[in-house]
Amino acid sequence: MNKGKALVPILYIIFLMLPIYWLVNMSFKTTNEILGTFTLFPSEFTVENYVKIFTDPTWYMGYVNSLIYVLINTVISVTVALPAAYAFSRYRFLGDKHLFFWLLTNRMAPPAVFALPFFQLYSAIGLFDTPIAVALAHTLFNIPLAVWILEGFMSGVPKELDETAYVDGHSFWSFFLKIFVPTIAAGIGVAAFFCFMFSWVELLLAKTLTSVAAKPIAATMTRTASTSGYELGLLAAAGTLTIIPGAFVIYFVRNYIAKGFALGRV
Amino acid sequence: MNKTHDNRAWFFVLPVVALVAFNAVIPLMTVVNYSVQETFGDNVFFWAGVTWFEQVLQSERFHNALGRQLIFTFTILAIEIPLGVAIALAMPRKGPWVPVCLVLMALPLLIPWNVVGAMWNIFALPDIGLLGRSLNALGFDYNFTRQPGDAWFTLILMDVWHWTSLVVLLAYAGLVSIPDAYYQAAKIDGASPFAIFRYIQLPKMKRVLTIAVLLRFMDSFMIYTELSVLTGGGPGNSTTLLSIDLVKIALGQFDLGPAAAMSLIYFLIILLLSWVFYTLMMRNEQQ
Repeated sequence: MNKGKALVPILYIIFLMLPIYWLVNMSFKTTNEILGTFTLFPSEFTVENYVKIFTDPTWYMGYVNSLIYVLINTVISVTVALPAAYAFSRYRFLGDKHLFFWLLTNRMAPPAVFALPFFQLYSAIGLFDTPIAVALAHTLFNIPLAVWILEGFMSGVPKELDETAYVDGHSFWSFFLKIFVPTIAAGIGVAAFFCFMFSWVELLLAKTLTSVAAKPIAATMTRTASTSGYELGLLAAAGTLTIIPGAFVIYFVRNYIAKGFALGRV
Repeated sequence: MNKTHDNRAWFFVLPVVALVAFNAVIPLMTVVNYSVQETFGDNVFFWAGVTWFEQVLQSERFHNALGRQLIFTFTILAIEIPLGVAIALAMPRKGPWVPVCLVLMALPLLIPWNVVGAMWNIFALPDIGLLGRSLNALGFDYNFTRQPGDAWFTLILMDVWHWTSLVVLLAYAGLVSIPDAYYQAAKIDGASPFAIFRYIQLPKMKRVLTIAVLLRFMDSFMIYTELSVLTGGGPGNSTTLLSIDLVKIALGQFDLGPAAAMSLIYFLIILLLSWVFYTLMMRNEQQ
């Protein structure tokens, strides 16, 4: 590995880190310092912005709400996607290819198109402003993705595994749960990672489907920015905190990331 | 893999179909319903036929938004795909730095989209942002809230920042799957680095790059949150892409008919182009 080549990823990572550094930097400044002076490091270092977030329920409940619907969504998406992906990878059945493409089209639906009808649908069935509404709405794009990823991983498992298990006297479900699921554990991890990711970052639907009780953190941020003037330090602190769950999740799947992004099919 | 033909497999797919149908078919029918009706409030509707579709397809506003959308999508594809491949090629294949690189690069992908917008907003503001301040200090007259050109520059830079990593990770996944033997063979044959890229690395990355183009294409067509926080479609209408325009009509003006008609046209455009990509991708796979 020559040194010139190593420079490219280093420069790229520096470019990626600059806006994040600026956000973190700002989160430790007072509003006066942000608006009054231009400093590369906080001169009056303050954690007041973070204290405010951790003591005010309207702020920290935003994080709790977001995590709740993201987790519900991940569990639902992966659970229903598992048998479906198995069917697509092992069987041919009436309309299988059309069904697969139809599922993918939902990944292509712009949330802006669905915002208003979703609001009406979830209000009509009385789920408006609950984490379940957001979790269900996010399955629209996460289930197709989970099926796609899991199907890729499952197709990499030779069919002999299934047949040997049946010969050994396993019933379908005992084979599926005790042998097959552990075999594709990496794939399940990757699918869960993607579901977490897309549910965590989506805001338009999450904001449309909630008002008070289940308001996600991202929506709390937007509303604060527009109602109580521009409290940039507070906004920056809240933004910094939203990066942490993502960083955690990436750390756990770091060894599968490369394979996972190829959807298991390379 | 040779698959067994068995229609009972439908039972496995049923939960997925039920959930997605609930989420997709009912809302989509609502949209279709609105798109052919006229309302004056109070839930009274009149049949309007294809009036809204004609109105949207003929309106200059829609043409402009669609034009801006296409310029945006093709610009970011032209930058992100080659850049992502170049970075993936320059990354080490093994060693302790690989997970560090991957984790740091994946970070932008996991930041909520409105935080991405807010972060770039305070990063690029000409008075308090690092980028804006630096550019002005270097002698550029930069102000993304006032000048359309600067707003476009910031928007594209933000998208490159946000999504190039996805291309890098996909391309990298393709590269690490190439066995060492291929490189050794190329060395014995005395192949140039370009020949290695053209005949070994590029064919191996073809599949993942198709996925990358497909995902980036679909997602760039849907960009809403980051953009609405960063510029809100401004200054003027200069960065009003399709989804911003749609939300302005649907939730801002509450013009349900035209908004619904526009939604369907918008969705059909993505669907058509994605179908072309998907067909090409599947054809590659069968070869």
